[in-house]
Amino acid sequence: MRILTLIRQVLDAEESVRVRNGAVELEGSKLVMDTMDEYGVEEALRLREAGAEAEIVAVSVGPARAEEALRTALAMGADRGIHVVTDVSLDAIALSAVMAQIAKAEGAELIFCGGQEADWDSQALGAATAERLGWPQATWTSALELKGSTLVGKHEADEGSESFEVVLPAVVTTQQGLNEPRYPTLPNIMKSKKKEIRKETLEAYGAAPKVKVNGVEIQVKERLKKILDGKDAAGAAAQLVKMLREDAGVIA
Amino acid sequence: MILIVAEHANGKLSKSAYELASAARGLKREGGVTALVLGSGVASVAASAALIADQVLVGDSAELAQYDAEVWSAAVAQIAAEGEAEVVLIAGSRSGREYSPRVAVKLDAPLLEDVMSLKDEGGVLHAEHYTFLTRVTERVEAKAPVVVVTVKAGAFAPAVPGTTAAEQFDVDLELPKRRLVVTGSTKEKTGRIALIEADIVVSGGRGVGTPEGFVQLVEGLADQLGAAVGATRAVVDAGWRPYSEQVGQTGKTVQPKAYIAVGISGAVQHLSGMNKSKCIVAINKDGDAPIFKIADYGIVGDVKEIVPAMIQELRK
Repeated sequence: MRILTLIRQVLDAEESVRVRNGAVELEGSKLVMDTMDEYGVEEALRLREAGAEAEIVAVSVGPARAEEALRTALAMGADRGIHVVTDVSLDAIALSAVMAQIAKAEGAELIFCGGQEADWDSQALGAATAERLGWPQATWTSALELKGSTLVGKHEADEGSESFEVVLPAVVTTQQGLNEPRYPTLPNIMKSKKKEIRKETLEAYGAAPKVKVNGVEIQVKERLKKILDGKDAAGAAAQLVKMLREDAGVIA
Repeated sequence: MILIVAEHANGKLSKSAYELASAARGLKREGGVTALVLGSGVASVAASAALIADQVLVGDSAELAQYDAEVWSAAVAQIAAEGEAEVVLIAGSRSGREYSPRVAVKLDAPLLEDVMSLKDEGGVLHAEHYTFLTRVTERVEAKAPVVVVTVKAGAFAPAVPGTTAAEQFDVDLELPKRRLVVTGSTKEKTGRIALIEADIVVSGGRGVGTPEGFVQLVEGLADQLGAAVGATRAVVDAGWRPYSEQVGQTGKTVQPKAYIAVGISGAVQHLSGMNKSKCIVAINKDGDAPIFKIADYGIVGDVKEIVPAMIQELRK
């Protein structure tokens, strides 16, 4: 079986966001593999460690620097990488066209994708890729197990969680809590440098953005920061309640 | 026409349906607003939808008793194509955001996700939505024969129902077989007000100490204020609280009038779910915790002393 894990390189969540020329400035900031995608790589590795015979292929579409995120996936244990090199920023629906073509060409049976990417706040890539392939999808999974060619797991629905079963092929989207991604060890980092990353061009896939971005703004709400010392619990509590009632007017 | 997919739960039209109707009315398109209701035994829901739309299409069958991404996307895409919809509006709920990408692919349409504004300028749809863990507002546009849009909960004022009911039509749907088989579910329902609709949210983190501490402090304060209860990922992972209460990147996004964070340090992933709240209140023992950087009011101290004192003060 071949498992694809979709990898996106994003701004580290701990980094502050800066805007330049109507776009979020990424140069000079720490960029990482999206943690949502780490869950996918980790889960693929765990399925293999639990007995599934699988080749794990990490796929990324992005500029030259996105190779670093692919190397992280390879250092975690993915077998090889595919990097569609482009400076064009594709929206999720357009990107899914590339992902689906790669999945077909690779004969993949299972695809992992982040539940919500940390740069777009988008949840669309996994579902759109599944639709293009004519596959079912299991989103926001919190537990997963492979029994033969059936995936058995749990995921979050509108209210509450559901247990599910789905026969492969399928697309699975991840979320925090699915697993604890491993840190690449030094030997594995060394080994990953020799692993293949196949380079391709976006032109080969004929995908173009469907949504135009006109600009971004950081709206920072000025906060009052009226912070009290709580050594005198009763006094501080009384003062806070008074402020919430009279100054903020948010409680009755 | 503009198609809105009207969600419902427990036999009632959801608040999101009224918000979609309002978003649809703001667009200058001819052909009116058509509401699509999918489900089983949804006559009363369709009747409510008839008061906010110009036409209601009803898909009422046993096959539609339970939501499924493939079934829903097939139904919505079919109706949108047959009616030559120019805009398809879908609620930004978990399910809405899950099946809407499939609708967009089926219709070869652009997808605007979780928008908080929507304008029509000469046939081009302009929208704003959050990116970078809700830290950035991005302005986007899409121009196509049909555009699929998911609408952020609470971003539009709910439409006020009219007094005359629009006509209802039953539709024949060609539905695919379900492939994701649901074998069990745990519904998490509390008697409290829903998180995303509440004016006040009291949320708890690890700092409350124990599951019992959460009940005493967070639920206790919420009950006193008539507030909804929220929780951090850590608390949900530990099994103290149900997932339905989780606020943050992988949980719910809320923007109440007041968000009271009890024993929450403020991881970025949590902040992304609540940083648009109008007033943020933090109670935490660590004065350097990130939550205080975005707080309007707060107390640095022991939550086990401060919160009971607040409850007592509120009772006065």
